[in-house]
Amino acid sequence: MSSLWQMLVDPFQYQFFVKGLVAASLAGALCGLIGVYITLRGMSYIGHGLSHAIFGGYAAAPLLGVPIVLGAGLWGLASALAINAVTRSKRIGADAAIGVVTTASFALGVALLTRFGNKGPAFDSLLFGSINGVSAGDLALLGAVLVGAVVTFVVLHRQLLFSTFDPDVAAVSGIHVGLMDTVLMVVLSMSILATLSIIGVTLVAATLVIPAVVARMVTDSFSRMLWISTVLGTICGAVGMYLSYHLQIPSGTTIVLTNAAVFLVALVATRGRGLSRTAGLDDHTDTSATVLAGQSARI
Amino acid sequence: MTHPEPVPATPLVSVRDVTFSYGGPAVLHHVSYDVMPGQFTGIVGPSGSGKTTLLKLLLGTAKPTRGTVERVPGLAFSYVPQLETVNWNFPVTVADCVLMSRKPRGLNPRPSRSERAEVSEVLERLGIADLSRRHIRELSGGQQQRMFLARALVRRPSLLLLDEPTSGVDVQTRHEVLHLLDDLNRDGLAIVLTTHDLNGMASHLPHLLALQHRVVASGPPHEVIVPSVIEEVFGARMEILQHLGLPLVVDSVPTESSTVSDLRSSAAITDPANGSVGVR
Repeated sequence: MSSLWQMLVDPFQYQFFVKGLVAASLAGALCGLIGVYITLRGMSYIGHGLSHAIFGGYAAAPLLGVPIVLGAGLWGLASALAINAVTRSKRIGADAAIGVVTTASFALGVALLTRFGNKGPAFDSLLFGSINGVSAGDLALLGAVLVGAVVTFVVLHRQLLFSTFDPDVAAVSGIHVGLMDTVLMVVLSMSILATLSIIGVTLVAATLVIPAVVARMVTDSFSRMLWISTVLGTICGAVGMYLSYHLQIPSGTTIVLTNAAVFLVALVATRGRGLSRTAGLDDHTDTSATVLAGQSARI
Repeated sequence: MTHPEPVPATPLVSVRDVTFSYGGPAVLHHVSYDVMPGQFTGIVGPSGSGKTTLLKLLLGTAKPTRGTVERVPGLAFSYVPQLETVNWNFPVTVADCVLMSRKPRGLNPRPSRSERAEVSEVLERLGIADLSRRHIRELSGGQQQRMFLARALVRRPSLLLLDEPTSGVDVQTRHEVLHLLDDLNRDGLAIVLTTHDLNGMASHLPHLLALQHRVVASGPPHEVIVPSVIEEVFGARMEILQHLGLPLVVDSVPTESSTVSDLRSSAAITDPANGSVGVR
């Protein structure tokens, strides 16, 4: 018994693990929180693409002599705003635009790392997340982005909710829907930037989507969905990081697998009722911004 | 329905000689139209005639290619979209939905006591106060439309614009919506709606604007729902019968001995916009 207890508490004696655990919890909370808006707005693919785009910034920043966080942050922000502009213009398919911009950026990142070597975080860590090497700076960035996201969502709660539910009517009711879209894209890109080294490029989309989907499965209330998704994200982040230590596999992998396990439990517990709640989760996106942009073919 | 004649006044919105194009052929040609205070107007025409575009111009979400659209400064208006445009599985209650359109005061995201009272009052007025905590998915078509109206009315508008408010709803809901709008108009609210439902909706309204890329006719139903206008707007030759003082569009002329009950049994009343047959 004592050896089991010893094994359970063993990782807490290491400062790197405690830092990693705090970081994973914060990252989970952040992704869970913003994930509610991302899933309800049908932006999951944008989240997935953006994480790949930021990878290019990670690789390019050290070569340009720019601090990694600043370079990758600006790179991600530029990608987010470009995707937002393309999505709103409706001149080409948003999926196609995201696919081109983000995979090209990811490919550039791989090319730069292969050609010039790795001067920033380890390649594997960026792809799949890592328990190691979480610095005080990483924690400060995560904390700052989380606080910024919470403040943004509190202050703009009604505007973001209205523009997510019914963007056409929100626009004619005096809400700057374009500004709300941009605010969300900025918060999303900063969130991905801050969580990338913990969760990894290839896995971050799952941590944005799964807690929010599970939250939707168990509640019909938007406010409760925000709380549940954030708390679930936090727990999955912490549990995933803990498992990462013991199983010796990348933290992003264990965090996503923990999320997936929670999803399965919710699926069984709600017996299909939960799935019916998630049906058409992002249906509004087909009609969004048509009145705004004045480009609808419907006359 | 009988309505008080609008008192001559400054138009709430004045559309002057507007031409509009989405980049291709013009959707609207030289359209002029004034929305007067207290007026209840139905914009009628088939799909593609420019109804929704004219609504967008009134809302200000589309800018005219040529001509002007002027609104009374500080005009408060609300818009009710088609029911089909919204995801009814979205996680909000009726009260949440109505509250959305209230501009938040301060930084507290929670509704104030006065805001909650306003929401309750408008839900009470529309007869759905007992549904305030229901999820929006649990509402019937008529209740969904009432909720949208509540969301619009809580902004205290002078002008209400609705896009096809009876599109895709059953006869009972259409009846409810029509009478609800009539009551609101009697309280002084100016209303403009689009519809392609001539017999079920347009013929009951006090004022119509028949549109086919331009204004073909404007006036009360008995002046607008006439064979020549219907043929030009809908591209179909139709006959018009009078029933209880309302014009009814039919696709064939019965014998002189036929009665309205005969018409019902022969299902001869047709909506030229969608070709559906039946008494409306």
